[in-house]
Amino acid sequence: MREHRIPLILLALLLVLPLVVTEPYFQHLMILVLLWVTIGTGWNLLAGYTGQVSFGAAAFFGVGAYTAGLLSHHLGLSAWWGMALGGAVAVLIAFPFGWIAFPLRGAYFALGSLALGEVMRQVATSWESLTEGMVGILIMQTFISKLPYYYIALALAVGSILLVQAVTRSKLGYYFVSIREDQDAAASIGINTTKYKMISLCMHAFLTGTAGALYMNYMGFIDPHVVFSLHDISIMAILVAIVGGVGTLYGPAVGALIMVALQEVFRSAGFGALQALTDAMGGGFMTVVTKYVSQAHVLAFGILVVVVIMNLPNGVVGDWARIKRAFRRG
Amino acid sequence: MEVFFQTLVAGVLKGGLYALIGIGMTLIMGVMGIINLAHGQMMMLAMYLTYVCFHFLGIDPYVTLLVSVPCLFLVGVGVQKYTLNPLLKIESLLPENQVLMTVGVGMVLTEVARFIFTSNYVSVKTSYSDATFFIGGISFSVALTIAFGFACALTAGMFWFLLKTDLGRSIRAVAQDAEAASLMGVNADRIRTITMGMGAGLVAAAGTLLLPIYYLFPDIGGPFTRKAFVITILGGLGSTVGAILGGVTLGLAEAFGATYIGMDYEDMMGLVIFILVLLFLPGGFKRLTKV
Repeated sequence: MREHRIPLILLALLLVLPLVVTEPYFQHLMILVLLWVTIGTGWNLLAGYTGQVSFGAAAFFGVGAYTAGLLSHHLGLSAWWGMALGGAVAVLIAFPFGWIAFPLRGAYFALGSLALGEVMRQVATSWESLTEGMVGILIMQTFISKLPYYYIALALAVGSILLVQAVTRSKLGYYFVSIREDQDAAASIGINTTKYKMISLCMHAFLTGTAGALYMNYMGFIDPHVVFSLHDISIMAILVAIVGGVGTLYGPAVGALIMVALQEVFRSAGFGALQALTDAMGGGFMTVVTKYVSQAHVLAFGILVVVVIMNLPNGVVGDWARIKRAFRRG
Repeated sequence: MEVFFQTLVAGVLKGGLYALIGIGMTLIMGVMGIINLAHGQMMMLAMYLTYVCFHFLGIDPYVTLLVSVPCLFLVGVGVQKYTLNPLLKIESLLPENQVLMTVGVGMVLTEVARFIFTSNYVSVKTSYSDATFFIGGISFSVALTIAFGFACALTAGMFWFLLKTDLGRSIRAVAQDAEAASLMGVNADRIRTITMGMGAGLVAAAGTLLLPIYYLFPDIGGPFTRKAFVITILGGLGSTVGAILGGVTLGLAEAFGATYIGMDYEDMMGLVIFILVLLFLPGGFKRLTKV
């Protein structure tokens, strides 16, 4: 029970948090964090535990989101059916992709997955009779309050962490790690590497697709450039995992919190602090600064990638001991 | 039939430039064993340099080659020396952290360009941008033909350099076996730095040559990184001859795709080829040519 103490306390806090903090903006950010916990955890399973770095999270995210949206748009079903089907459809996409791309290793696999994301975006843009192309899909949200979405996102995030925990403690997890450490050695002791890489990919696709379906239900609007975005989905998923800690159970959760907070600080120019400063100083130079800062979140992400890879190669959770030591010394 | 030959010519000419992009990528691939995901972004940087030189100083793009290539060489050297080489010594779970690093570098380059030049489209309109000449009823774009000539000359120079000079031999040695090369007294870190610089310089040349007939905005890097990657996969990883064949094939595929299927599908062609190659010819043209 002891090792579960901190996560359980955190979970209890998260359960009551939206009841205490009723600000919709804050609840919205928390929902985003929880969505990213799910996506980052899924990516971590594929990349952190199985060693297959993928730039294709957006493909599965978008497919999940479109599954939910199109069920509602064409068949008139509730988009919540997408929560059940989105992950499954993403797995259906993952299967042929894995079959084509798993002979590739390392960086080539990464680029194959990048191509998958681009193909899916092109398809969603061009196949207008199905997806409405660039116009996007608009559905009615079921709930006005953010609370139901919050709890569903929380359940999904907790579920994904529990799944990864269960996997890493099973034989399956050891197979995954052996593939990451040395694929040839793993194959030579009789592990069917393609099969286990495929299982890992399918779990990643399922989690990401389900998160995409929830995104559709929550936001009510998607278009190809939002849900198949390379920077905002695929690379964000990678950042969430590497900032928090690749190959650690709670790394993506920590990373999601940091990344969403960072993104929002830039997008809102320091939660409006810079804007206030501008007004106080009477425009001019500060107006320009505010404008740049609010556009700079991608630049900040780029710099963050460079800094994190150089200084914290195993992320905040993976290098926690090092961070603590550095603080004690300094 | 005329349309067919016209498309063929357009494809081959464009393919020459693609080959230039691909050779840089494949060199980096061969020596470092990584894919440089900032390749197109480096090209974008060279294009903006060309744009600045033309727009503010009135220098012809072809003269700008003398500026953009050395500048990008230095950028490549800096990237390798200060971000990628240190990573070789860092222990990490992810073997691909060098590739992720190039993604970060690419993002920084794109956003810096966006800060300075905003997201607007710009172009360089020279007297020869729209000029054409005719051979047997088939039109040749003047700018594209000159670019093709430059591309061939640079490629030939590159081959001579790799085959005949000491530095070229050292680069090939590191590509074959970095450890063995180190034992023979080759400074592998220095070779990696120079190779990255050369890759960046080559793609800079391609960008500068392309600008008179193309347009420019900060996000142009991404599509070209993907093209470079498709060329490298098509040609076979680390194969220079393969990169040339791959570049021309991609140029042809795009031209024919645009003519016979539809303009919308020009960008799709690369991805389709990519998947076909993986399915039917893993290893690319390298497997056929053995070089």
